[in-house]
Amino acid sequence: MWRDHKILGTKIGRIALSLTLGAAIAVGLTGEGSVKAADPVGSSAASLSFRRLSQDQYRQSIADIFGSDIKVSGRLEPDPRREGLVAIGVANASVGAAGFEQYDAAAREIARQVTDPAHRDVLIDCKPRAASGADEVCARQFLGKVGRLLFRRPLDAGESDRFSALAGRVAAEKKDFYSGLSTSLAAMLESVPFLFRVERAVPDSNTTVGGLRLDAYSIASRLSFLMWNAPPDDALLSAAERGELSTDAGLGRQVDRMLASPRFEHGVRAFFTDMLVLDDLDGLQKDPAIYPRFSNRLAADAREQTLRMIVDTLVRRNEDYRSLFTTRRTFMSRSLGLLYGEPVTSVGGWEVHEFAAGDPRAGLVAQPAFLMAHSHPGRSSPTLRGKAIREVLLCQKVPAPPPNVNFAIVQNVKDPRFATARQRLSAHNTEPMCSGCHKLMDPLGLSLESFDGAGAMRSQENGSPLDLGGALGAETFAGAQGLGLALSKDPALSSCLVNRLYSYGTGSALDQELPWLEQIRARYETSGLRIRDLIRAIAINDAFYRLSPAVAPATVTIANDRKETPRGS
Amino acid sequence: MAHDITRRNLFRSTLKGMAVTLCVPVLDMVLNSSGEAFAATGTALPVRFGSWHWGCGMNPDRWTPNATGAAWEITPELQHLARFRGDINLFTGYAALLDGRANEPHVSAVWALRTGYAPKSKEDIRDPSFDHVIAGAIGGGVRFRMLNMAATGSETDSYSSSGGNAINPPEISPLGLYQRVFGPGFKDPNAGSFAPDPDTVLRHSVLSGFNEERAALLREASAADKQKLDAYFTSVRELEQQLSLELEKPAPAEACVRPTVMPKELPASTEIEQVTASHKLMTDLLVMALQCHQTKVFNMVFSPSASTLRKAGAADTHHMLTHQEPVDDKLGYQPDATWYSQRSMEQLGYLLDKLTTAQEGGKPLLDNMLLYAHSDTSFAKMHSLDEMPVIMAGKAGGRVKTGLHIREEGAPVSKTALTAMRAVGLKAGAFGSDSMQTTQAVTEVLV
Repeated sequence: MWRDHKILGTKIGRIALSLTLGAAIAVGLTGEGSVKAADPVGSSAASLSFRRLSQDQYRQSIADIFGSDIKVSGRLEPDPRREGLVAIGVANASVGAAGFEQYDAAAREIARQVTDPAHRDVLIDCKPRAASGADEVCARQFLGKVGRLLFRRPLDAGESDRFSALAGRVAAEKKDFYSGLSTSLAAMLESVPFLFRVERAVPDSNTTVGGLRLDAYSIASRLSFLMWNAPPDDALLSAAERGELSTDAGLGRQVDRMLASPRFEHGVRAFFTDMLVLDDLDGLQKDPAIYPRFSNRLAADAREQTLRMIVDTLVRRNEDYRSLFTTRRTFMSRSLGLLYGEPVTSVGGWEVHEFAAGDPRAGLVAQPAFLMAHSHPGRSSPTLRGKAIREVLLCQKVPAPPPNVNFAIVQNVKDPRFATARQRLSAHNTEPMCSGCHKLMDPLGLSLESFDGAGAMRSQENGSPLDLGGALGAETFAGAQGLGLALSKDPALSSCLVNRLYSYGTGSALDQELPWLEQIRARYETSGLRIRDLIRAIAINDAFYRLSPAVAPATVTIANDRKETPRGS
Repeated sequence: MAHDITRRNLFRSTLKGMAVTLCVPVLDMVLNSSGEAFAATGTALPVRFGSWHWGCGMNPDRWTPNATGAAWEITPELQHLARFRGDINLFTGYAALLDGRANEPHVSAVWALRTGYAPKSKEDIRDPSFDHVIAGAIGGGVRFRMLNMAATGSETDSYSSSGGNAINPPEISPLGLYQRVFGPGFKDPNAGSFAPDPDTVLRHSVLSGFNEERAALLREASAADKQKLDAYFTSVRELEQQLSLELEKPAPAEACVRPTVMPKELPASTEIEQVTASHKLMTDLLVMALQCHQTKVFNMVFSPSASTLRKAGAADTHHMLTHQEPVDDKLGYQPDATWYSQRSMEQLGYLLDKLTTAQEGGKPLLDNMLLYAHSDTSFAKMHSLDEMPVIMAGKAGGRVKTGLHIREEGAPVSKTALTAMRAVGLKAGAFGSDSMQTTQAVTEVLV
């Protein structure tokens, strides 16, 4: 049997290294050792859940732990989106065969860089006795330190032994200390505790109703991915280790420290990239004959413009979320300047730009990122734009179109009676089966028709003037400016933001009203929806780390660890 | 043997929720025992399976021949396949059945065909697709259990799933495909000398240790999380097996010639000429990958459901045209939309040409494979769920009779999937769920 594993093993033993194959390493959480190490509360009754790192989280982890000098090259497993968020998608995702190949290649390349002569002196804080062989002390020290950051908890004794033993054996065999270190590091980088955020739930000692809550290291991770979209840093892990995250004061101190960190901006960017589906701009295609100004560069700048505006408004200026929809302040690059017809003098950089009062290009939905992403490759789409406003900004689900619709008029631009989208859509909406849903979308999107499918201003479509009248509920308006104002007054806008923050943090859709979350929303809707306040309120709330008895399954038991424990949170 | 234990595990995880009985594949064992010699002697050649997808269907009136059985005539929309009439079977009349769930256009039907369950949305893809099941059964013994490709360059253009909403992502550029298959891990089967690469030995040994953590993790994981872990460890095991093959001297493969020219990086595009160029390059690499025994199972997406194909300078995509373009009174069909489905058939013809020209053991490669080509609907204007177009090509190593038109009006299209599974040697008892469940294959085409 030429594929027989055992025979192969013998062969390997014969032809090359004298590694003990199966026992060479085992990676991950094993047995009681890790429970104690990772759980300062001291309970051994636990259940685990796994959320795969998103691409951004993976890249951010490497950058935070090893510095931006270390490059992550190649593709990584794609991030699925579910119930509107990548955060929910990856919480339900695993690693396929092609994806694991990619993680394997990335891991080996990262480990090679970290241990190469150009980086080892900076990134490895001990020196082997001789570079030509094993050094258990130095290997254990480095792997323990890096492993704690990669696994977002200390290695347990078994892991520490196995990783340093692997490094030692390879170092001895290859006569190279750094080859050994590199092998162990690569193994860590493709193992479960790194690729997945392992959330460990333990019985909740703080309540009388039972249920489960996250252990200290899992709290640290949930906190840091919510606020930074990055793994916990050394200080946060130390706070977890000391048990500080289980006290209100300790938790609050960490939350405030993290809010003040420059990484918070990255976290806010990551959240809005997810919520606003800005990753769609990566692969966006437009027809170059119709939109000659469109390019990948323009799409990337459009995304960056939106993110800069968000960070500037919400983080640096600490303004209300609702002001994003009306603000006249934005940022321009050269390629955006061409699209806007505004001069941009700085070559590679970005400039602050303030629109004049009444300019329809103010506010988030009038930005090219939103407009071009929710259009066809060769045409604008009031329906797609309206749908995105409902689903992305207001968290309202628009039903799918019935399958047997006659769309002929909607897109028949050759018919002179239907030169504008409004004319085409009103003809289409004489069909009652269509008008029900289109009423939800078109009145919003039609007010944005002064922007073409690539986001540029226009005053007519196919030679006909545009009617920019729109409506949101009882509110009627004209043009993008009116739409922005109406949106900023819609209560669904604030509850959508709060719900998305919750889902983003927990990796699960909100399928029932949570009183604590509702209280947070109500409080800040009145006093000002400031992102720092909202994130702080969620992050310091004990409920954010609890799996409530209502959603935790009855089968979660302590005694019988073989029972399946479906987790509802 | 250790190999089988893993395979059984794989079956357990991939077949969850699916009424399929599988024996450990006979084909693989035949292969393994004579594997050293199969290509050289022309005996026990491996049977391959491939799928090929194009978006937005066809016009049933111009597609479906009047006669069934062996005496069917080439219709206007099958012109591009006329030269393969004797190598293909045409299946018409088969339907996707929704069991009361809403028809999510361009999603429900294509996934119903692939998985035997019509999902409510893209987030409801419950069961593994039949190509994935086939790969689990016959895909071993080569470096890649399955290769997925999308000529449109989009990571989401894939109709292969391991279940639980997990999509098997495609290679999205000819260059990416080249590097994966013919890059550094490739061992030329016809090279005179062979020495295992010490780094590969090391990598293999490291991955062998990964399974140690599996039991401890599974013990504490919830049901949904167990599935995730299973999928992860299956993937680890696949790479381990891939590496173990790289450590063996490969069996000679008579027709294998490593492509010397690395394809240029093409920008991802949905413009049809660029998609076609990409499809041709990927097809050439794929056929060589098959001839070099790098994979036995593949899925190629020429265009996605709700086809994103477009012509340079045109405002409308293929998909938009299928809905907006009036049916021409004189012609009786939509000429612009139909142009795209005809270009799709032309590209299917390109793949069949390559599979016919490629020889092994003195016969066309196509004789040892089953190619299953299909779309996501029939008449796209109405998102029709009946008359789903299915074409199978190849004799699957002698298990399939070709040259037939089989018509079963209203029968679940899952029947064709079950037929394909049995044709490549799976002992599949049933496929699909609810009204899509079938225990009957199309026996007329099976030998």
